[in-house]
Amino acid sequence: MIRTIKAVFRKAVFLFTLLILLGFRPGYGDAIVTGSIGEPRTLVPILASDSASGAICGLIFNGLVKYDKDLRLVGDLARSWEVSEDGLEITFYLRDGVRWHDGTPFTARDVEFTYKSLIDPDVRTPYSGDFKMVKALEVIDERTLRVLYREVFSPGLSSWGMNIMPRHLLEGEDLNNTGFGRDPVGTGPYRFKSWKTGEKIELISNHDYFEHRPYIDRYIYRIIPDQATLFLELRSGGVDYVSLTPLQFDRQTESRFFKENFQKFKFPSFGYTYMGYNLKDPRFQDLKVRKAINYAVNKQEIIRGVLLGLGSVATGLFLPESWAYNKAVASVEYDPERARILLEEAGWLDRDGDGILEKDGMKFSFTIITNQGNEQRRMTLEIIQRRLKEVGIEVRIKIIEWSAFVSEFIDKRRFDAVLLGWSLSLDPDMYDIWHSSKTKEGEFNFVGYSNHEIDRLLIEGRRSFDQKERMSIYHRIHEILYEEQPYLFLYVPDSLPILNARFKGIEVGAAGIGHNFIEWHVPETEQKYTR
Amino acid sequence: MVRYIFRRLIGLIPLLFGITIVTFMVIHLAPGRPTDLESQFNPKVSMEARERIAHLYGLDKPLHIQYIDWLKRFLRLDFGTSFVDSRPVLKKIGERIPITLGINLASIILILLIGIPIGVSSAVKEKGFYDRSMTLFVFIGFAIPGFWLSLILMDLVGVRWGILPISGIKSLEFDKFGFFEKIIDIIRHLALPVFVSAFGGLAGISRYMRSNMVHVLRQDYIRTARAKGLREKDVIYKHALKNALLPVVTIMGLSIPGLIGGSVIFESIFSIPGMGRLFYGSVMARDYPVIMGVLVIGATLTLLGNLLADISYRLVDPRIKLED
Repeated sequence: MIRTIKAVFRKAVFLFTLLILLGFRPGYGDAIVTGSIGEPRTLVPILASDSASGAICGLIFNGLVKYDKDLRLVGDLARSWEVSEDGLEITFYLRDGVRWHDGTPFTARDVEFTYKSLIDPDVRTPYSGDFKMVKALEVIDERTLRVLYREVFSPGLSSWGMNIMPRHLLEGEDLNNTGFGRDPVGTGPYRFKSWKTGEKIELISNHDYFEHRPYIDRYIYRIIPDQATLFLELRSGGVDYVSLTPLQFDRQTESRFFKENFQKFKFPSFGYTYMGYNLKDPRFQDLKVRKAINYAVNKQEIIRGVLLGLGSVATGLFLPESWAYNKAVASVEYDPERARILLEEAGWLDRDGDGILEKDGMKFSFTIITNQGNEQRRMTLEIIQRRLKEVGIEVRIKIIEWSAFVSEFIDKRRFDAVLLGWSLSLDPDMYDIWHSSKTKEGEFNFVGYSNHEIDRLLIEGRRSFDQKERMSIYHRIHEILYEEQPYLFLYVPDSLPILNARFKGIEVGAAGIGHNFIEWHVPETEQKYTR
Repeated sequence: MVRYIFRRLIGLIPLLFGITIVTFMVIHLAPGRPTDLESQFNPKVSMEARERIAHLYGLDKPLHIQYIDWLKRFLRLDFGTSFVDSRPVLKKIGERIPITLGINLASIILILLIGIPIGVSSAVKEKGFYDRSMTLFVFIGFAIPGFWLSLILMDLVGVRWGILPISGIKSLEFDKFGFFEKIIDIIRHLALPVFVSAFGGLAGISRYMRSNMVHVLRQDYIRTARAKGLREKDVIYKHALKNALLPVVTIMGLSIPGLIGGSVIFESIFSIPGMGRLFYGSVMARDYPVIMGVLVIGATLTLLGNLLADISYRLVDPRIKLED
């Protein structure tokens, strides 16, 4: 008896040591090949507006701050920061000993240079907005800098997640046309190696990275513009890491082959899909009509039909996992009867018996527009069309190529209703989308929403650094907007990445799986690209 | 002859000029702007920033001024820089032309090598079983959607049998390969795309060839050749083929501009960085300098191709006189 206990104990100790050895000393080496449809435009981070450029820049560069796996703001190039009592000054204390990939030390001057480029009117950056609020940036010493704001602006803190660029390489360069865009030098975990246009971008690990050397030696970004090809490449081992469509996730990767060779993940993506009403339209000015449509459209059915269940119902404008999201706001149940009653109360009745409601001799018939090339949006519209027909509203669908869609229809407010998605930034400030002043041509409150309380709350939300205070403000905004239904909030699709099973150390957080990329590793025996 | 070519070349200049005006106007009048960028709105990108970017691109100037600016640069053979990544237009086109040209040349050679014999032999055995099955074969190639065939072949050859790579033009380890390995690697990558595009193009050439050949074989001089006791092989390949090839020469001349034009669907499926994807991407991004560059080069090649077709026709067929 005692002997068995001893044996078990010995075994346990042995296993434990083994675990420590394996767990704490993952091997270096191997490469990860990711496949993506889009090609980055430029690797000058302040010019890059597309997600592909953002993904690569995120590995090469760092900001002063970043979001951790629980979506909390933590230091990156900044060791820490302080916000002054009055909220007008942020002081950043930078990390010691950080070097650019070429060996030059990183200093506060680099941050100053990046800031100056962002506000330079000759630089084609789309990100100048948040930095216009900065009154001055003072370099106190090599490791300390102070940012002074014109007024208290709490989203400003997260805007310092902007990737910092090296002054010694870019000062005096024309940033719009610099060769740096295809040969960048950063401080991040990976350094740039090569870019073959239309084929691939290759990065290699930065052994001197300030957190620690990443375990995976090479990062290869392959550009494969066709979703079907991408999937075949995944199946044959040509790529290791891609995002799946709901159909691929649910139906094509359930075989034994995929279960043995791949790991799949599922978490809410940073964005939601909605139908926005043109609130200048008298029909949609009536809250009862907007509420009726909310009852008439079955969101669960859309998620089942369009996303194969891989998504969740959206009730609002923030990431479901973030502190700003008000979990008390519940989505209304599908209830066509209730919708009919509300429409009747609003004066819409089918007087001539043709199945379509009328009011003052006008039929309730409107057009929903969306952009071309997004199958999910098209299918969503077809489901909405059918459900609204059941309550007596006729819907026409119009699909328009993106650029024309934006400049001719959205910017000029030529629509009845529009189906679109917002990608969400991690700070909950939504001033640009909901404030009543943001309704000029090309601005983002294109539905024309105006509510004094929301206006006031949006400004209050920007003027406080206290998360508790901000939380109650944004919870209230969430509540009001769901009550008022300027959008028909539809769904948050899931992100569906799939990764070759040889990669270990992946951790799923509220931010997804990419947050601890430098911890990912491949056991030596399973390494594939060993040169 | 030289005077004729010279006169034709001079005549091309106003034509090309007219083409640039029309294309410039058309692409700028199409709705949309290069600042609309991504297919998802980002609320962090303010309208002010978009306006500022438009100003830096010179898009707030009147259209005719923009055209004159473009024309001034064009006369110095400067096509400007791309709005998307700020690289010179000529460089962007230059790095893609060899790939598209290579694939198109390979597939045209394959088409000629297979299509001409099919056409000739079908004509000889006109309306027989062989002729009909060849007709069926080439029309199947013509009718099958290229993207569908590509995906089926990729799944079969690339995934199930695993003998050819699925997409791209080089392996990931290409740079570490020796010279011959590199050549084999490229051939392996291009095998499927070249095969698929050649299969689709067989019908055209073989049908032209067949009908020319059928026509020629009915001529008096063929009867004469046979009557004087020449072997059938000589009759067909020496006397008939030469004459039947004439119209094919014209077709070749006319297909010159097509050599640098790539197909978007095809290039996307095989993820080949060719001209088709460049052009499509530029149109979607309203990248005006690149669109103009591709169109002007295409127009120039079309005009030159027509001229070349006329000249070569004259060279191979003495009956044709190049008078105005």
